[in-house]
Amino acid sequence: MALQGNLHDFSVTQLLNLVHLARKTGTLTIQGTNDHASLSFAEGKLIYGQSRSSDGTLISILLAGKQISEEQAQLLRSRPQASNDKELGLLLIHAGYLTQPAILQAVQKYITELVLRLFTWSEGGFRFHSGVLPPEDRITVRLDLENLIMEGARRMKEWERLQEELPNLDVALKFTDRPDSRLRNINLSVEEWRVVSYVNPKNTIRQIARANRLSDIEIRRIVYGLMQAGIVESIRLEGDTAPRPPVIQPLAKGPDQVSLINRLITRIRSL
Amino acid sequence: MSIRTVKMVVTGPFNSGKTAFIHAISEIDVVSTERKITLQAEKIKDTTTVAMDFGRISVDEELVLYLFGTPGQKRFDFMWEILSEGMLGFVVMVDSTRPETFREARYIMETFRAYAPTPFVVAANKQDHPDAWSIEDLRIALRLDPQIRCLECVATEREKVKNVLLELLYCILEEVQE
Ligand SMILES: Nc1nc2c(ncn2[C@@H]2O[C@H](COP(=O)(O)OP(=O)(O)OP(=O)(O)O)[C@@H](O)[C@H]2O)c(=O)[nH]1
Ligand SMILES: [Mg+2]
Repeated sequence: MALQGNLHDFSVTQLLNLVHLARKTGTLTIQGTNDHASLSFAEGKLIYGQSRSSDGTLISILLAGKQISEEQAQLLRSRPQASNDKELGLLLIHAGYLTQPAILQAVQKYITELVLRLFTWSEGGFRFHSGVLPPEDRITVRLDLENLIMEGARRMKEWERLQEELPNLDVALKFTDRPDSRLRNINLSVEEWRVVSYVNPKNTIRQIARANRLSDIEIRRIVYGLMQAGIVESIRLEGDTAPRPPVIQPLAKGPDQVSLINRLITRIRSL
Repeated sequence: MSIRTVKMVVTGPFNSGKTAFIHAISEIDVVSTERKITLQAEKIKDTTTVAMDFGRISVDEELVLYLFGTPGQKRFDFMWEILSEGMLGFVVMVDSTRPETFREARYIMETFRAYAPTPFVVAANKQDHPDAWSIEDLRIALRLDPQIRCLECVATEREKVKNVLLELLYCILEEVQE
C-alpha cells in the first residue's frame, strides 16, 4: 500500500489535509524540481522537517534564525555534541546561552517556513512512508496542521485549480462536526471570519461572496481553505428545487422490489 | 412470460478498469466497443471503450441483469446520461494507483449522482498494485461522505468483483426496504 503521486495532481495543502484527517504517523518525502524535502508527522501533527538546501540540523536552524553567528556555528560544529541535536540543545541551555522555549520556537519557525516554501512547489513526486520518524537525536515539535492548511489555501494562485476544486458556487455550506474546537485553534483573517459568520444551509457560497464583496477567486480561496482545514463542507441548498437533468424515477419500494433484489443477490453469490 | 431486465452501470475515469470489471463477471463475452487509441496523450494502453461495454448475468428464467460500462474518456460523456437511464445503481471505478485521476473520478461521481438518486459504491481498483492508495486515503482524497461504501477491488479477480456488486446490491436493498 502506498501513498504516492505528484504535486501536480495532489497539492501540498491536500496532502496536509489528508495527514490531518487520517491522523497519520510517518514521513512525507517530496522530490521537487530543485530541492528535496521531507516532513514528519505524529498522529496528524507536524513534528519535523528538513530539505536538502537547508539540512535541518539545530546549528543550521539557529544560524538561519540569527540566534547564533557564523563564528559561533563554526565553534559549535567542532564540539563532540554537534552531531546530536538534543545533546547540543542541552549544552546550549546549560551554558545559559539559549532557553528551551527559544530553541523550540526556532525549530518551529524553521519547519513552518519550510512548509510555506513547499506551498510554492507545483511539481514534484511525493511518497508517504508510514511509521517512519525522524532520527532519534533530532528535536521535534508538535504543530497543528489547520493553520498551515489555511495558509496554503491563502497562497493558492492557480485560478483553474481553485475552480476545479470548487466548481459550483451555488451550493450552501455547513459546519462539520465540532467546529467550535477547530475554530478555537485556528488563526483566521477578518475576511475569513466574516465568511464563517455567514455559514448556514440557506446561504449559497455566491450569496456569501456578494454580502462580503468578495470576488469569485477570493471566495473560492477562503471556502477552499475552510473545507481543507475541516471546518465547513458543502451541501445542496435547502429547499433546492432547481430542475435537474431528466431524472430516472427513484427506486420503487415494496415487496416486489425486495424480492427482485434478493434474487440478484442470491445469483451473484452463486457465481 | 416475458423476461424482465434490470441494469447496473460501471463508470469511472479513463483506464480505471471498467471493461475488466465487467469481463470478470459477465457470462457472455463482453460486447465492447473498443477502439485503438490514436491520441498520443492517451497512449498508456492500446485500446479504449468508445461507446459502452455490455455484459450479462442471467438470474433465472425471468430475470436478467445487464452491466453497462461507460466510456472513460471525457469526450464521450454524452453517453453517460443515456446509459444511466433506468439503472438500479452504479459502481464508480477508481484506479487507486493514479492520483491524477481522482479529481475526474469525483466529477463523474457527482454527475451520475445528479442524473439519478440511485445507490452507488466506489470500487478502489488495482489494489493488487504496490502503488495503490489505501481505502482510507482514497476516501479523504475523493471526499466521500461517511455513508458511501468504498471497497477494495481487483477487477481481474472475480471474487473481488462479486463483492463489489453484492455491496451495491445491499445498498439497493436498504433503499427499497425503507
Ligand atoms: N493490476 C491491475 N490491473 C488492472 C486491474 N483492472 C484493470 N487493470 C488493467 O488496467 C488497464 C485498463 O483496464 P480497462 O478495463 O481497459 O479500463 P477501462 O476503465 O475500461 O478503460 P477505458 O474504457 O479506456 O476508459 C488494463 O491494462 C487492465 O488489464 C486491476 O485490478 N489490477
Ligand atoms: Mg473500457
